[in-house]
Amino acid sequence: MPDRLEPTLKPIKQGRFGYVQARHLLWRAGFGGTPTQVQTLVDWGAEKSVDHLLDDQIPFRADSADSFDAEIMRPPTDDERLQYRAALERRDENTLARFRAERQRRQVRDRAQMREVQSWWLTRMIESPKPLEEKMTLFWHGHFATGYRTIEDSYHMYMQNRLFRRYALGNFGDLVFRIIRDPAMLAYLDNNDSRKGKPNENLARELMELFTLGVGNYSEHDIKEGARALTGYTFEHNRFVFRADDHDGGAKTILGRSGEFDGDGFVTAILGQRACSRFIAWKLYRFFVGRTPYEESDRDPSVRRFVRELGDELLGARYELRPVLRRLLLSEHFYDSRVMGELIKSPGELVVGAVRSLHTPVRDLSILLDAMDLMGQNLFQPPSVKGWDGGRSWINTSTLYVRQNIMSFLLTGKKPHGYDAMAEVERYDPSDLLRPLASAEPGAERDPRRAVDYLLRHTIGDAPDDARATLLAFVDEHGGVPTPEIITGVLLLISAMPEYQLC
Amino acid sequence: MNLHDNPGEAGAFTRREFLGSSLTLASAALSVPAFIQRSALGLTQPEPGASAIPGVPQDHVLVVVQLSGGNDGLNTVVPFRDDNYRRVRPGIGLRADEVLPLEKLGSGRPTNLGLHPRMEALKDLYERGMLNIVQGVGYPNPNRSHFKSMDIWHTADTSATGDGWLGRYFDAECCGEGKGESGTPETQPGIAIGRTAPLAMQGEKVKPIAFETPDLFRWTGEDVHPSLVEPYHELTSAGVRAGTDPDSNASFLMRTALDAQVSSDLIRRAVSAQPLVDYPRSALAQQLTMVAGMIRAGLDTRVYYVTLGGFDTHAQQGGANGRQGQLLGQFAEAMRAFYDDLAQQGNAGRVLTMCFSEFGRRVGQNASGGTDHGTAAPMLLLGPMVEAGVTGDHPSLTDLDQGDLKFRIDFRAVYAGILEQWLCADAETILGGRFRPTRVVKRS
Repeated sequence: MPDRLEPTLKPIKQGRFGYVQARHLLWRAGFGGTPTQVQTLVDWGAEKSVDHLLDDQIPFRADSADSFDAEIMRPPTDDERLQYRAALERRDENTLARFRAERQRRQVRDRAQMREVQSWWLTRMIESPKPLEEKMTLFWHGHFATGYRTIEDSYHMYMQNRLFRRYALGNFGDLVFRIIRDPAMLAYLDNNDSRKGKPNENLARELMELFTLGVGNYSEHDIKEGARALTGYTFEHNRFVFRADDHDGGAKTILGRSGEFDGDGFVTAILGQRACSRFIAWKLYRFFVGRTPYEESDRDPSVRRFVRELGDELLGARYELRPVLRRLLLSEHFYDSRVMGELIKSPGELVVGAVRSLHTPVRDLSILLDAMDLMGQNLFQPPSVKGWDGGRSWINTSTLYVRQNIMSFLLTGKKPHGYDAMAEVERYDPSDLLRPLASAEPGAERDPRRAVDYLLRHTIGDAPDDARATLLAFVDEHGGVPTPEIITGVLLLISAMPEYQLC
Repeated sequence: MNLHDNPGEAGAFTRREFLGSSLTLASAALSVPAFIQRSALGLTQPEPGASAIPGVPQDHVLVVVQLSGGNDGLNTVVPFRDDNYRRVRPGIGLRADEVLPLEKLGSGRPTNLGLHPRMEALKDLYERGMLNIVQGVGYPNPNRSHFKSMDIWHTADTSATGDGWLGRYFDAECCGEGKGESGTPETQPGIAIGRTAPLAMQGEKVKPIAFETPDLFRWTGEDVHPSLVEPYHELTSAGVRAGTDPDSNASFLMRTALDAQVSSDLIRRAVSAQPLVDYPRSALAQQLTMVAGMIRAGLDTRVYYVTLGGFDTHAQQGGANGRQGQLLGQFAEAMRAFYDDLAQQGNAGRVLTMCFSEFGRRVGQNASGGTDHGTAAPMLLLGPMVEAGVTGDHPSLTDLDQGDLKFRIDFRAVYAGILEQWLCADAETILGGRFRPTRVVKRS
């Protein structure tokens, strides 16, 4: 092994893309895959595999599905407004109480719909033939973090999710122009109340600090001026509106440029900064490759150079993500042994990855969502505008048990305490998992040693000898034949190993 | 082996007994869980109860009791001598001969306040000098949504965003200067009883332990078949494997897995012990039994969180009897049993309890014999160390804000009192602002 990581975007050598690399690619650019899928990528080679993952033309039936109710949290009609105002003046407590009760009913319905949208998205992650698209949608959700409980409008959250998917692998710049028009974002960061003369700085600040430039690459003055540029950007019901009367059209100086900027002018000024492309490159690196500090000077020198090149590539591509991700996912750096297996799976990756890589039954979306919440990743409810911290912050003694136990649920159907235990248990059949081993070498799947090695390689990659010995002893204890039940037991044990949390 | 049927008939399989605790598997120093190492270091410290953090008594415990749904404060601590009270509560109001009148502690003079008739046990605690009632607690621009208002209380922030206030306390304790870089919190995180951990306890760094029953704070895969237990322990409790880079995530996960095993054993043993007093049969009493068990076992957990729900009494709230009365009765009796237990253990003086609800209810009753979402309400503080009696005046029943009580004390002033006087923490940093602390703990 070379003593340092490759610092450039140099592509991986032909012939270096084997099972281990293909498995790594499927986990990082998706949610893992079955041994058959991994083998398919090996046969294709790196370039074809990456191009396939980046292909957004693969048909997916769920693409057009939109059965959510856009009207639950609609604003009151003019008529309702008049009635309410009149009741306030008359101090008509009964009418006012009716209005309050109606609002509460709507909120209850809306929370139920939010749950449906959560299930819908989790299902997409599990079923989509375009896993990288869903993975990038999750990336943008954590990047442009917006929380349902603050905005209380499930349809706005759903619209935002569709926006992220539409631009998942598209142009980052275009996405920023859209996000300053996104009702959920405008409500979350209070821009819907931002008017000429009294601008609200929340969106302008987070836009630069968290979404585009990063701390240290703008001034407080830029925030004040940026906030003026965003005045009048608001929404009505489910639609963006620009209120010219509320907009401050005066001269501004932002990031060294002067003009009568509006929101688009502000975003254009941001996108012209090299700091912006480097910041996004850093976020992509953390998500796909590995944890590295925000401060460039604190980074490993090879990583520092790699992220810089990635940022320059992004700027050169005028923020088109697909070519940049292609270079990233084909780089020698990405397949270094110090990079592979050194990320901690997010709760979403753990849950979706179990179904996609082991083909367990989905069993119960509601339980999976609850478990994700317990593990710290409640979809549509990131902890703050900073999104999920990720990495080691996912893990503590409590979440580790939830991680082990949700695997136990997926593999065996044993419900966590507190859930209705009456439902039919669908048996997990791991035979498919071993099929490639059997077809490559008939009979090998009945050899406990071969079967255990095969399962370890598929689930955690490089397994220590004592773990192999423990698992073999377990198989031996049960007659030494890897029946489906025993294989499930082996997987149950593997999924409880600390190393299983890595990808 | 059949994974799906009752694992009871496991006799057919040779099952080696899993001997001793997981610690027997740990040999290298790296394998010792972080907090076992700390206890070992703690032995060399000169004073018992001394803390790694200067000036902070290690043994102070805070128990938070959340009354979910919006408890009607006006029928909990009742201004029963106020004519306006009877006027606004014609049906569900409590009569003077029903309430449990409170006398001023010390002088024994009558006050204007009485407790709900189902709260004999709480009155008892009051008379024993173990209750502080903080009246009219709320916050500016009250929000009447359960979720939003609960988040406001949990984050101590009126925009309801950010980490939880207790989470920030843990972050400040564990990850202050020069600590926390390892990603392994040095303090034991707080423990919440419930399916999900409350936002209040979520820090940026420190996350709480949460379980409905301690039986879930463990690997439930072992229920599938007994023969899985031993290999499970071999695979997860071995600590850091030889040859693993100590800075790697793999090593971090191996340490945490061992920590989890040790805490799980500790907690489950603590909770399975027979309590020293009889607790009533209620969900809250059951939760408090567990908390008392963990305190008795000497866990160095500083904050416990329990919840009693059902206070959203839009209909059939009842007066002396009814839904609210039932809940208040359960609450009061559970609290008394809890403190009796703690007193028997000799731990009562270590444990301060804070009770709150996301909001009170409207002053006027509605047409269904209930009350709708309102604003300010009393908070209750319990324990022998509290400044016993009543803090603040009852909000006016005539000077209202859209039919709701106007708050007099910001809840963050109570948090500040708890943080400064009991947890010896820097309230201003944790709460992100200065709130003049209420007197929570008796001056010594």
